[in-house]
Amino acid sequence: MGAMPHQKHPQHPQLADTPALVSSLLGQIDQLITTQKLDQPLVVGIHTGGVWLAKVIAEHLNTPLGQLDIAFYRDDFSKSGLHPQVSPSSLPFNINDRHLLLVDDVLMSGRTVRAAMNELFDFGRPASIKLITLCSVNQRELPIQADACALTLDLDVGQYLQLDGPDPLQLSIIEHANHE
Amino acid sequence: MSNLANLQLTDDGQLRHFLTPEGLDRLMLERILDTADSFVVVGNQEVKKVPLLRGRTVVNLFFENSTRTRSTFELAAKRLSADVLTLDIKTSATSKGESLLDTLQNLRAMHSDMFIVRHSDSGAAHFIAEQVTPDVAIINAGDGHHAHPTQAMLDMLTIRRHKGHFESLSVAIVGDILHSRVARDQIHALKTLGCTDIRLVGPNTLMPHAIDSMGVTTHNNMDSGIAGVDVVIMLRLQTERMASAFLPSAGEYFRLYGLTTERLAQAKTDAIVMHPGPINRGIEIESAVADGSQSMILHQVGYGIALRMAVMSMAMSGQMQQRQALALTLNPSRLTGEPRP
Repeated sequence: MGAMPHQKHPQHPQLADTPALVSSLLGQIDQLITTQKLDQPLVVGIHTGGVWLAKVIAEHLNTPLGQLDIAFYRDDFSKSGLHPQVSPSSLPFNINDRHLLLVDDVLMSGRTVRAAMNELFDFGRPASIKLITLCSVNQRELPIQADACALTLDLDVGQYLQLDGPDPLQLSIIEHANHE
Repeated sequence: MSNLANLQLTDDGQLRHFLTPEGLDRLMLERILDTADSFVVVGNQEVKKVPLLRGRTVVNLFFENSTRTRSTFELAAKRLSADVLTLDIKTSATSKGESLLDTLQNLRAMHSDMFIVRHSDSGAAHFIAEQVTPDVAIINAGDGHHAHPTQAMLDMLTIRRHKGHFESLSVAIVGDILHSRVARDQIHALKTLGCTDIRLVGPNTLMPHAIDSMGVTTHNNMDSGIAGVDVVIMLRLQTERMASAFLPSAGEYFRLYGLTTERLAQAKTDAIVMHPGPINRGIEIESAVADGSQSMILHQVGYGIALRMAVMSMAMSGQMQQRQALALTLNPSRLTGEPRP
């Protein structure tokens, strides 16, 4: 339990230029909105990295920003307990019948996104939810895929992606020295 | 003090029972308030429920009547998705001759995860946590004249949400300090959170002996007691005290210690007024004050649910981690889900 000692892995070339990944993602989102005919979508970020990214997207689209802290909806409460720092979720708009862009920095197991969708439905019934992520790691444990994603990566066991921010946003690979 | 802290915390410092703020450090009290802040917004959701304690069983053990406290605990547990069983002990097994210990062991054998305990004897919740069911999270919902920690902490949450901090605040606690189960916890919590000007206001007959040693000032005069304060916490006057010679009459009490609009003008203009409820209009507090813009009374009710959700989820989290650690070190087979002995 507790934080494992970890080290930053030598940078992956594409991760190093995180701003380029963000621009590429914004382009994909514009395209998604056009092709799927999403009328005035609302942006919701998942705490914390997803909120940083969602802020950039909300500014780009000129829409209000909502944020979710999924601590109360996690599926590992029995195993890991309550997260020590929980920040309030805030959706400053009514999501009923609206198109939502759900934003997380990294999509890995898919469990965070599942928890976030469960939480969203406690606020109302959106018309649709599109999943936006900066980077997808090929370690899915649930049938969840991104609708817009700037980069897909394969990582070794014990490696994780971390987004530092909010300004500048920087993705890097983290390696746990003695993972279990 | 350290004994109390040890009983309430796991080996790695997580909350596992919540019996009193006494012995908990500032970081822990702030964590409780932070977590409660996050639960306040759950009340605004369309579905006012989170799945955190799904599959857990919470038993309300009320050895003493308290409709309001019992219902807010019940609502808090339900908003956490726990299964809730409310036992009115007076009408249940104990009246058929079963001992308290046997009742508790039976409830434990039913895989209860948490007991919310209300008892007229000081130290009852503490006794159960220490002696009877260390592996069931115990939340003290009021014991004797000793403690009522969730009420005290919801008052802290109210102060922090409306004043932002504790350091430079002046807080007056007015009324029957002697019989109050909340006042002691409020003093402990306020001091731990950094408040330095805590004033107790009331008649000498309702002031505990040697209370000054807790680092507070005492005032028999209401006007000077609340002069310039940021927060006025009114305590409920138990009207049965009138009969027991602590007080001459309700009218006399209201004249000397009732919170009226004129009297409240002695406090800062942006002072907030708190009361745990149920209020006795015209005895402790004037209706115009209770219903006025400075009154936090109805806010306190909502914060009470959020605060109770916070301590319940934190204590359950600590208990589960402790159970898991214990199962791993002592008996790996318990991980397979065998029933408790």
